[in-house]
Amino acid sequence: MTGGGGEIRAPYRAFAEWLGVQHMETLRQKAAEAEVLFRRSGITFAVYGDEEAAERLIPFDILPRIISSAEWSKLEQGIEQRVRALNAFLYDIYHRQEILKAGKVPVDLVIQNSAFLPEMIGVDPPRSIYSHIIGIDIVRTNENDFAVLEDNTRTPSGVSYMIENRETMMHLFPDLFSRNRVRPVENYPDALLKTLESVSPRNLDAEPNIALLTPGIFNSAYFEHSFLADQMGIDLVESCDLAVIDGFLRMKTTEGLKRVDVLYRRVDDLFLDPLVFDPTSLIGVPGIFDVFRSGRLAIVNAPGSGIADDKAIYSYIPEIIKFYTGKEPILANVETYNCRDPEGLKYVLSHLPDLVVKEVHGSGGYGMLIGPRSTTDEIEAFRAKIIADPNNYIAQPTLSLSTCPTFINAGIGPRHLDLRPFVLVGDQVRLMPGGLTRVALKKGSLVVNSSQGGGTKDTWVLQE
Amino acid sequence: MLSRTANDLYWLSRYVERAENMARLLEVGYRIVLLPRQDEGFHEEWRSTLESAGCLDGYTQRHGELNSRNVIHYMLFDVGNPSSIASCLASARRSARAQRTALTREMWQSLNGSWLEFSAIKPASVTSNSLPELLDWVRSRSALYRGAMLNTILRNDTFYFSQVGTFIERADSSARILDVKYYHLLPSSDLVGSGKDNYQWVALLRSVSAHRSYRWVFKDEYRPLKIAEFMILNRQMPRSLRSCYDEITLALRDLGIFYGARNDCHATAESTRDLLLESLIESIFQSGLHEFIQDFIARNNKLGNEISSAYHFSD
Repeated sequence: MTGGGGEIRAPYRAFAEWLGVQHMETLRQKAAEAEVLFRRSGITFAVYGDEEAAERLIPFDILPRIISSAEWSKLEQGIEQRVRALNAFLYDIYHRQEILKAGKVPVDLVIQNSAFLPEMIGVDPPRSIYSHIIGIDIVRTNENDFAVLEDNTRTPSGVSYMIENRETMMHLFPDLFSRNRVRPVENYPDALLKTLESVSPRNLDAEPNIALLTPGIFNSAYFEHSFLADQMGIDLVESCDLAVIDGFLRMKTTEGLKRVDVLYRRVDDLFLDPLVFDPTSLIGVPGIFDVFRSGRLAIVNAPGSGIADDKAIYSYIPEIIKFYTGKEPILANVETYNCRDPEGLKYVLSHLPDLVVKEVHGSGGYGMLIGPRSTTDEIEAFRAKIIADPNNYIAQPTLSLSTCPTFINAGIGPRHLDLRPFVLVGDQVRLMPGGLTRVALKKGSLVVNSSQGGGTKDTWVLQE
Repeated sequence: MLSRTANDLYWLSRYVERAENMARLLEVGYRIVLLPRQDEGFHEEWRSTLESAGCLDGYTQRHGELNSRNVIHYMLFDVGNPSSIASCLASARRSARAQRTALTREMWQSLNGSWLEFSAIKPASVTSNSLPELLDWVRSRSALYRGAMLNTILRNDTFYFSQVGTFIERADSSARILDVKYYHLLPSSDLVGSGKDNYQWVALLRSVSAHRSYRWVFKDEYRPLKIAEFMILNRQMPRSLRSCYDEITLALRDLGIFYGARNDCHATAESTRDLLLESLIESIFQSGLHEFIQDFIARNNKLGNEISSAYHFSD
């Protein structure tokens, strides 16, 4: 909220004025009310292996994160540039592989990567788009700059919280919205539906049938799956509702079988088709990959798009952007050390207490080392893991997360946070002004993942 | 609509209705157990309650001897009993979660709230004094869900499948209550109307919340023949077999129009409704009330199966 000199930053002024005259007790009541609202509507998050709290609430912080109009428009341009480049990269590596031939990205890093699907080579998805729904994790690096911490190009989640958080804030603090001109995010489902429609492989005069594939009610993001299907008015299907018959994907309805044209799947690549990938998968549909390959079905996001958000590829993204757009990246990466590179490895091993080290394929805050918060023993144990398999690790400085005032029981204090805007790629690029702000609730903690006890905030992008 | 969605909506309604019926049966059973008795009727009443609920075999396997504490626990909390209130609420909530997209927010919140509150109850804390209050609560939660459904749901296939589920379950329950009371409490048909069995019949009316409305309709004392007529053939009584079939045929007719197709289930439902429309209670008694009800339960089950196959519930 405050800049380097300690003064309140411009976008926060109206809000800070309001906050200054609030009673702590009122805020505490509002926070409690928010929890009741979330609990009652069942906005829960399942945590694997956490039997007791099989359905937990993600803590919601009632103080918003605010971004000015000027900041946002720069982010917007940077994000659009980035997602176009990511899709161009995906098309290229599954076709002519120019970027590998040009030596801009190491060949083995792509070809030997488990997120690279050889089955996708030569396959042409509708409109040549692989990753339609992308979540880009962004952090503020200084007063005027943002950098990308991570890309999520396979099945990013959290967008339902962006919408519900706003809904809750408007319910709790209607007066705040009359003081601040906050751009709306509620039309996300609409934009998503338009994006899905725009990649239908069927000729345009036929209204496409669109369905959302969920692994089922035990999936951690099930709430989001049902929320989105409901908001778009499309069927929420499980694998048992689908079958490949006569070369098309069909769903079983009360009136018999119905063709599916676009499948927004929230099932990982490897579980998608037991005939092609993991034969033991029960949440996939046998034969679906063939239907996709033959151009009779759009799968969103396309299989194999995970290679673009691989943490080892991440450090090459600036190169990738230059290669496909011919321009400098508008949004920088967070400084990253690649342990596969000897220089990087050397640096990482000698600076472990200052770094965040991540597994290349890990997600959800698992399998990482946060140097400043770890004991000497933990650091040494991690050092051994890195030395044993350097290709599997990258590292980033810990100072890259900014903080924002957050309501905690004892009062208001600064907490680290990041931001995940959601961008849609179809016949056009659509970006909601906002996103999911994730906040570390423990003092000093840098881990914002919901599976690790992080919370969320409403994210305001102000109108000019 | 997805077949799985239709199937879940249908069963969701059935489970909510079943939870309510379990509460009604328990309440009546308990009320009778409280009455001063001389003979073994105490156990017999629990036996008939369990039998009406379709839980007797399961109970016997689990507990053997009949006693109030075990019966109440088995019907309220035992998740090993698929018809216990705990199981019904859990199944309803599971279907609701799977079909969040088909339910309105109010429907989901009422079900989710019921499940959360019920799950928080510690079985040991339910004493005989607090039982009536708990059973009231179950009925009111069921009413809340139905109210939310009727007030907010779109009048399309989501509504029709929900209605069909509710009334097939209710018809089954009303028929079972009638059959068990009749068959087990009055083994000898010449006892009918003798007056001894009077309070059993009143209890039966109570279980369907109809002992007052009976008076309004008949302006007469409680007579078995009239009570049976009221429960089977009366079109005004919302838990009578006739009422249930009026609703079922209406919902199925709307479904047929919605999809532009009729199936076997339509003919079956209509013929059962016609039977209820045309029958006279005297002739039902003459040819055997038990036989009539057994035939009805079989027809009702057949209808359920035909609906399931017409709309591809289990393909």
